[in-house]
Amino acid sequence: MAIEVRIPTILRTYTDGAKQVEGTGATLDELITDLEQRHGGLRDRLVEGGGLRRFVNVYLNDEDVRFLAGLETPVRDGDTVTVLPAVAGGI
Amino acid sequence: MLTISRKLYDQIVAHARADHPDEACGVLAGSAGSDRPERFIAMLNAARSPTFYEFDSTEQFRVWQEMEDRDEEPVVIYHSHTATEAYPSRTDISLAAVPDAHYVLVSTRDEPATEFRSYRIVAGMVTEEPVSVVE
Repeated sequence: MAIEVRIPTILRTYTDGAKQVEGTGATLDELITDLEQRHGGLRDRLVEGGGLRRFVNVYLNDEDVRFLAGLETPVRDGDTVTVLPAVAGGI
Repeated sequence: MLTISRKLYDQIVAHARADHPDEACGVLAGSAGSDRPERFIAMLNAARSPTFYEFDSTEQFRVWQEMEDRDEEPVVIYHSHTATEAYPSRTDISLAAVPDAHYVLVSTRDEPATEFRSYRIVAGMVTEEPVSVVE
């Protein structure tokens, strides 16, 4: 088993078009590091300055990880991590 | 070109007017690959601001999951400008991250008139497109 990671359209250039990839790790941070091995450049789209990027939403199962432990959120086999770009704008 | 029913057009305009002077925002879902908006989904503006909008992240997850379950995708992402024209701002452009969506901008700066315009925003480039309202 591994951790299923769902990738939004805009980031599929890093996954050869795949909408779903797999990875391992004990925390979200480790998982992202693992994904970076096979999908170079993906980490930089998700992480900035030691934390998750402001307008990128990451969910562990159905919870926004900002309400859990951010990058330190524990993850395990069988979990689903979903990435969605925030929808926002303004003047 | 954006082809949209009169009903959905009116729902977007009504939402924008109701939330004025805060920016209103939402999605029109449609069958995946059809490029036809079918279902109106008003979203909470978590910023509740006259100058900024942002989907609530938990609500966004629920709505995106529901679209996935229904084999839909976000065909239109709309929001309103309450004091400026219905044209994407620099922030709108830099944050647009759904390349296949039609970005609809509505302006409620001049009551009762409402400007309604649509754009594609891909890799930082804005292209306005005609809007065809069908009965």
